Amino acid sequence: MIIKYFSWIREHVGKSEEEINLPESVITIDDLINYLISENDVYKIAFLKRDLIKIAVNKSYSSASTKINNKDEIAFFPPVTGG
Amino acid sequence: MKKIESVLIKIKIQKNDFDVSKETKQLNINQPGAIVNFIGIVRGLDDKTNEKIYSMTLEHYPGMTETEIETIIYDASKRWKISAVTVIHRIGKLFSSDQIVFVGVASKHRQNAFNACNYIMDWLKTKAPFWKIEESSKEKKWVKFNASDNDAIKKWTEIK
Repeated sequence: MIIKYFSWIREHVGKSEEEINLPESVITIDDLINYLISENDVYKIAFLKRDLIKIAVNKSYSSASTKINNKDEIAFFPPVTGG
Repeated sequence: MKKIESVLIKIKIQKNDFDVSKETKQLNINQPGAIVNFIGIVRGLDDKTNEKIYSMTLEHYPGMTETEIETIIYDASKRWKISAVTVIHRIGKLFSSDQIVFVGVASKHRQNAFNACNYIMDWLKTKAPFWKIEESSKEKKWVKFNASDNDAIKKWTEIK
């Protein structure tokens, strides 16, 4: 699975993209965030404002309860500020 | 330009500046009757602190940005009769007074063009995945989402 990070989330994580093998215990986006946080403290900081963070699955807005699989591209980013 | 239903659409995410007159000419096809352009400009002063902004740098999520904008244009075309839409958004480093975004809408009648242009811009501000980092003399900071942008889209969700 490819995970992408943007804006200040990328800065906290320290990379714009990474590839991970989804553990079997991870079913939803929520699980994925919990898994990442358990793996490394940088995610703890990156996901501190968890309710604020926007999620995209395969480049479409999704919610934390969305079910995911190893072929999905996930993105985490703050509320958008274009225009 | 690509065609979705009967609407000609052009979406560009680019570092380079854009030429408003050239873009307007491109929208002036099939005798539209009205073209409404919106041009967003980089502010030189912070809205809240009044601090001087030296520059801003924009990033986006390639692929998702274009899809989101296309969906917004498609939704607008369902609400108002429009014939062509161009959306250009710049990325990279921009300075005070630089052009940042262009939304041009062509239609047979001006109200449809005005409304669709306003609608597209409002939704772009809340949905299109762009992020800005601002540099002032003191610091570099990510721009926070402006809650008033959420209020702006309310008018479109309340009035059908």
